[in-house]
Amino acid sequence: MFLVVDRLSHTYLTKTTAVTALDDVSLSVEKGEFVSFLGPSGCGKTTLLSIIAGLIEPTEGAVHIEGQPLWPSGTAAPVARRAVGYMLQQDYLFPWKTIEENILLGLKITNTLTADTKERALALLAEIGLAGVESYYPRQLSGGMRQRAALVRTLATDPKLLLLDEPFSALDQQTKLRLEELVWNTLRQYEKTAVLVTHDIEEAIAMSDRIFLFSPRPGRLVRTFVIPDELRCRPPLAARQHPSFPALFQSIWKEMEALESAQ
Amino acid sequence: MNPPNERIDTKHAQYLAVLRKEQRIIRLWQTVLLVAFFAVWEAASRFHWVDPLLFSSPSAIAKLFVEKMSDHSLFAHTWATLLETLLGFFIGTAGGALIGALLWWFPRLAKTLDPYLVIFNAMPKVALGPILIVALGPGFTSIIAMGVVISIIITTIVVYSAFKEVDPNYLKVLRTFGATRYQCFKEAVLPASFPAIISTLKVNVGLAWVGVITGEFLVSKQGLGYLIIYGFQVFNFTLVLMSLLIVALLSTVMYQLVALIEKKWGNRR
Ligand SMILES: Nc1ncnc2c1ncn2[C@@H]1O[C@H](COP(=O)(O)OP(=O)(O)OP(=O)(O)O)[C@@H](O)[C@H]1O
Ligand SMILES: [Mg+2]
Repeated sequence: MFLVVDRLSHTYLTKTTAVTALDDVSLSVEKGEFVSFLGPSGCGKTTLLSIIAGLIEPTEGAVHIEGQPLWPSGTAAPVARRAVGYMLQQDYLFPWKTIEENILLGLKITNTLTADTKERALALLAEIGLAGVESYYPRQLSGGMRQRAALVRTLATDPKLLLLDEPFSALDQQTKLRLEELVWNTLRQYEKTAVLVTHDIEEAIAMSDRIFLFSPRPGRLVRTFVIPDELRCRPPLAARQHPSFPALFQSIWKEMEALESAQ
Repeated sequence: MNPPNERIDTKHAQYLAVLRKEQRIIRLWQTVLLVAFFAVWEAASRFHWVDPLLFSSPSAIAKLFVEKMSDHSLFAHTWATLLETLLGFFIGTAGGALIGALLWWFPRLAKTLDPYLVIFNAMPKVALGPILIVALGPGFTSIIAMGVVISIIITTIVVYSAFKEVDPNYLKVLRTFGATRYQCFKEAVLPASFPAIISTLKVNVGLAWVGVITGEFLVSKQGLGYLIIYGFQVFNFTLVLMSLLIVALLSTVMYQLVALIEKKWGNRR
């Protein structure tokens, strides 16, 4: 197993309250797999990603990446953490840096900026359809272009595991469908393991191999859906048009409705 | 070039021409206002609409200016004040920014010092003048110290709150790459706060002048502030107004320089 999340619980402590964001979540992801975390707002998806990225320490439980524990912050931890790339809900490109400086940021921070890695990052930028914008500032780019640049920034450090936190939610439908296609193809090509957070059922089905469904307050893993082969091996747009797509959508939809009425 | 493009180009040229014309009209009126101000002042003084002893006149000031320039005394006074102001400005701004950075770096220090910063900020800093003179001696140093004291606390507060308000998601991006605290500061916190820092520069130009002129009032040895207080004491208001005009001119030049810096580095977002 590539990524193992073992009986993870997390409670946010503030002055006035203690909010349990995650309760006893266990799951595992295989190498090269593309999985989705699906669930309504507030079910702890971002929290779970932040823990997997090594940004916050969980109250209980453990995370292993390729057998190495992320916590406690021992000697192995930094290596395991460096294997993770995280793309936030918005692009968060730095407005005072050019696109080139932005996509090379991770390499600079991790001290791995060489002529070689730089060339790779720039090649990736071109591959993703952004050739020629290197010297632009983020504000000169459209939302879709910025999100693509953010993807290049995340991929530039060559992470083994990619965490995507609703990367398409702020985009218009057309841009979103195109980007889904692009991300799916790119991740396939580079054989990345990826976790996509979304509250869009169709997107989850079109993109992933497996879907983990979460319930809110507290965040629990309620069901795992395995996407049938005929949808898995098709790129997102084609998968959306496949005859077995609506049935799967229906069953996940029903499950989510049931969750809601149980609340 | 095809026709629609040409049409857009001429439209754009027309638009620019309108803008330029508007600019010229504004400039013209500004000049008219300035000339009128001095003309009315001169006339008012000549025809005794106002007391020329109190309000002097542009011609008297010009005459005094030429006089003072030829005996080189004015240059020394102006230079002393300018140097003090520049030093007060730089030390106050850099010091405030540095303290702001320290407060960001050590949150516990920030929480501890918070009430003291509030007290210091609320206090009228010029009231510290006599103490500074006693402590540092009646001269150059205590005048610069006035310029520093008056600007450093507000700089600290503005810079520190700018540092704190940086969108935490930028830091999150950096931390996903395993950035250290120093890297977070250098890559996100400092550049994101740049506009706030520039705006404190602008405020500090004014504050440094206030501090230095007040310091010179108190020390009374040299400088434009000294000329103002001296002119007041010997009832030479031509001297007072001349010094005032020089102060106004120099502080405007300094402010414009800061505005230039802002234009060059401030608007990259
Ligand atoms: N820093 C924090 N301090 C306190 N509570 C928090 C914090 N971050 C999140 N929470 C709480 O934890 C719960 C889960 O939040 P989280 O952001 O992980 O949800 P999410 O599934 O990502 O939601 P969304 O779909 O809206 O992004 C929510 O109830 C939220 O209020
Ligand atoms: Mg979220």
